[in-house]
Amino acid sequence: MNWLMQVFSRRRIYGDLSEEIRGHLEEKIEELVADGMSRKEATAAACRAFGNVTLTEEDSRNVWRWTSVEELLADIRYGLRALRHNPMFTAVALLTIAIGIGANTAVFSVVNSVLLKPLNYPNAEQLVSLHQIAPGAPGLADFETGLHLSPSMYFTYAEHNRAFQSLGVWNTGTASVTGLAEPEQVRTVEVSDGVLQALDVPPAVGRWLSEADQVPRGPQRVMLSYGYWQRRFGGDRSVVGRNITVDARPREVVGVTHKGFRLVDTDFDVMVPLAFDRRNLILAGFGFEGVARVKPGVTIAEANADLTRMLPIWMDSWTNGPGTNPHFYETWKITPMIRPLKREVIGNVSDVLWVVMGTIGLVMLVACANVTNLLLVRIEARQQELAVRAALGAGWGRMVRGLLVESVMLGLMGGALGAAFAYAGVRLLLAIGPANLPRLSEISLDARTLGFTVLLALFSGLLLGLIPALKYAGPGASLALRSGGRAASASRERHRARNILVVGQVAMALVLLVSAGLMIRTFQALRTVDPGFTDAQHLQVMRISIPGALVAEPERVLRIQNEILEKLAATPGVKSAGLVSEMPMEGFDSDWDCIFAQDKTYPDDVMAPLRLYKYISPGFLQTAGTRLVAGREFTWSDVYGLRPIVMISENLARETWGTPSAALGKQLREFPSMPWHEVIGVIEDVRERGVQDKAPEIVYWPPMMEYLFGSKDAQTVRTVTFVARSERAGTESFLNEVRQAVWSVNSNLPLASVRTMEEVYDKSVARTSFTLVMLGIAGAMALVLGIIGIYGVISYTVSQRKREIGIRLALGAQGEDVVRMILRQGAKMALAGVAIGIGAALGLTPLMRSLLFGVTAQDPRTFAAVASLLILVALLACYIPARRATRIDPLVALRYE
Amino acid sequence: MKTREQRDLFPGALEMMILRTLKRQPLHGYALAQHIKRTSNDLLQIEEGSLYPALQRLLKEELVKAEWGISSTNRRVRIYKLTAKGAKHLEHEVSRFEKMLEGITRVLAPGES
Repeated sequence: MNWLMQVFSRRRIYGDLSEEIRGHLEEKIEELVADGMSRKEATAAACRAFGNVTLTEEDSRNVWRWTSVEELLADIRYGLRALRHNPMFTAVALLTIAIGIGANTAVFSVVNSVLLKPLNYPNAEQLVSLHQIAPGAPGLADFETGLHLSPSMYFTYAEHNRAFQSLGVWNTGTASVTGLAEPEQVRTVEVSDGVLQALDVPPAVGRWLSEADQVPRGPQRVMLSYGYWQRRFGGDRSVVGRNITVDARPREVVGVTHKGFRLVDTDFDVMVPLAFDRRNLILAGFGFEGVARVKPGVTIAEANADLTRMLPIWMDSWTNGPGTNPHFYETWKITPMIRPLKREVIGNVSDVLWVVMGTIGLVMLVACANVTNLLLVRIEARQQELAVRAALGAGWGRMVRGLLVESVMLGLMGGALGAAFAYAGVRLLLAIGPANLPRLSEISLDARTLGFTVLLALFSGLLLGLIPALKYAGPGASLALRSGGRAASASRERHRARNILVVGQVAMALVLLVSAGLMIRTFQALRTVDPGFTDAQHLQVMRISIPGALVAEPERVLRIQNEILEKLAATPGVKSAGLVSEMPMEGFDSDWDCIFAQDKTYPDDVMAPLRLYKYISPGFLQTAGTRLVAGREFTWSDVYGLRPIVMISENLARETWGTPSAALGKQLREFPSMPWHEVIGVIEDVRERGVQDKAPEIVYWPPMMEYLFGSKDAQTVRTVTFVARSERAGTESFLNEVRQAVWSVNSNLPLASVRTMEEVYDKSVARTSFTLVMLGIAGAMALVLGIIGIYGVISYTVSQRKREIGIRLALGAQGEDVVRMILRQGAKMALAGVAIGIGAALGLTPLMRSLLFGVTAQDPRTFAAVASLLILVALLACYIPARRATRIDPLVALRYE
Repeated sequence: MKTREQRDLFPGALEMMILRTLKRQPLHGYALAQHIKRTSNDLLQIEEGSLYPALQRLLKEELVKAEWGISSTNRRVRIYKLTAKGAKHLEHEVSRFEKMLEGITRVLAPGES
């Protein structure tokens, strides 16, 4: 308690001290006067003998203090006062810092939520995706998703593994739910046993799907997602136990997932159990994604080894049918490449986010450089004050600390303001963010983000203060008490720090602008790529599915689809209509299989390259604007007549037969039991997976075929995309007419994914456009800050050199001479900055190579354009103060003295 | 401007001298300064001011206490007095100092090695 009493009695102690010291001096003076000295001499002598009174008092007081904290508080008070006295400076500096910190915090919150935070499952680090590749499978190299799992693989892995706690496969799809209100197409996930056990999160209501629900031809059950449950059933708990009709089949609802639950990163409405019938399974059917939870302590490498061990068991246990060799898959070189589930969820977005984080960080540096410049100018004005303080005995450590405290406060206040900006920034980011950004719903400003903000604020505060503090208050700083700031022409030395900062700003601005420029060039390059369809904004697409429980006979399905096409074509404003199994870039999983050509031989007789295959109706090519390169298109009589014909893509024709026309008349089939199909047409290449990816080789089957999937009956495709070309595409009135047209054929058919092709296209380039927008914003910010920096420095030099310029003008220098002189100074800085920036950009832009398309990371045109833009803008920024300099009146300038 | 180290001879020396002086009789600051100066024959260049921080330290550690009173020249002054704790501390310090001094003297003594 002693120290507490001391704190309270301090005022008295201080008073005593002052009085005591005063008494001491008086006594001494009197004694000296008594000895015969004059009073004035005595006073001086007493003071000399005593030493620095103020310092003594301070030292004496310090004995009673918690020194460091109290000095800090004093520094803070002092700093606040200094900031308040300069509201203009404070406002500009604060705003700059706040915008910088706000932007950084916003982007960091996205990086944190998407890339850093563990997935929303317990012990998420144990979760893996069973990714595998098959480098030996011809054609499969195109499939960036690798080789999915087949059901037989799932059973083998689930039953023989040693490394996993649980493991399962899943798939996405769509289904129509009928009997509630109007028919609705819902997003489904199909899960095998093991998936939910691996994810290990409790349901919100009811129970999870279990092994008992996975029995083929057993009870039909289903789970609802939280969102769908809220939307369709208003969160009614009694829904558990009720039946809903999914794809025309009643299923009992057993439970509801908890809020925000996603299967890996798939948001869905309804979860359906996969009920594989083991007796009918073959080796093939690689259509499922695998997810698993490894046992504690098992590494990815060990898990991979475990899968590799089981592959021979798989080939020994199953077959593809009589006469086939189950071990031919050895030539595919199937290699497990298990990935942490988080990587699977994040996908390729991490490149974008890190690039954006890096650029925003650079913007922050540019902003800091600007504020540092402001501080430098201001501290120059305060030199007098600092000199006085030094003369009064302030140590340099104390002064440096004082200045740092001031700048750190600036940083922290900017940080607080920035956090508010970040809140708005995150919303903006989500608004312009790529729609397929994973974990979108998890993005928030959490404790870690706020910690980042505080650190950034502290760091930038220190960074801001360091240069001015060391330069003007640090050891060896030459502080002169000068009278009235009558500086001679400023020395080079004094401007060096500011010039270096401006050069740095120009360099960083160049890096950012070059990155933005490269993205613009990428975007341009993407726009020039022919995607394989034309005039996307006038293409209306929609998915319609006709479940087997609704219409059983395949031919009926095609008749209904044909009828819908006719109704669509008859809708006012529609030029033509067609259907396809899926449009390019729609993002639905495509089908692929080995495709054999009759006149080619394949090793092992089962091995043929894997090809993507699709189904198209007559009239589709014309509707989509996809060019027919050679031959002819399907007709309805071909289709209904089940004529064995096929069309192929141009690249497939060239690869197999050399030219498109050489392909005509050749024969293809998918598997040995299928009749040969004659190639009647060759279609231009289509950028199936987005314009960035090369066009895959595609086989186009007619929408109704014999012996499809080995069945005896003719088969049709039940879920297809309808395409209609119309000037009215996308308008509400048009969509209403389209719905009526479909429902006039069958009122139980829901329409899903109703979009224009332009939306599909935009979504497929969303990653690029998002990066472009972000880099554009960052580049623009850096450019503006850089210009302000140059302008500020040049203006300041001009005002400092007023006298010199006045003399020059008085001695007969012309206005243009002065302008040239000042421009030269600006040009020097800009050129130095551009040179350094080009060097830095050459080093940094390769980091964004994965985001570029059709342009190299060192594209000379972009570099040249950005460099000349920067120099031009820099010169413009210098020109204004330079003009002002020529208007200096020599008389006035000299009279200032 | 001298730094504290220069003023202080070696750490604790000034305090020791103050305590020793106060042991003889209670004094106020000025008298204390004069006494130390006089008895040291002005050999120690001590700024008078440096006395006060030292006094504050001693006060804080309760080695001395201070009271306002009237000096012989009829001034209102603060008179410092040694406390029991201070006396003990002084003894301890002096013996420590003597040992140190002895050591230093031996090392500095010529001809013995």
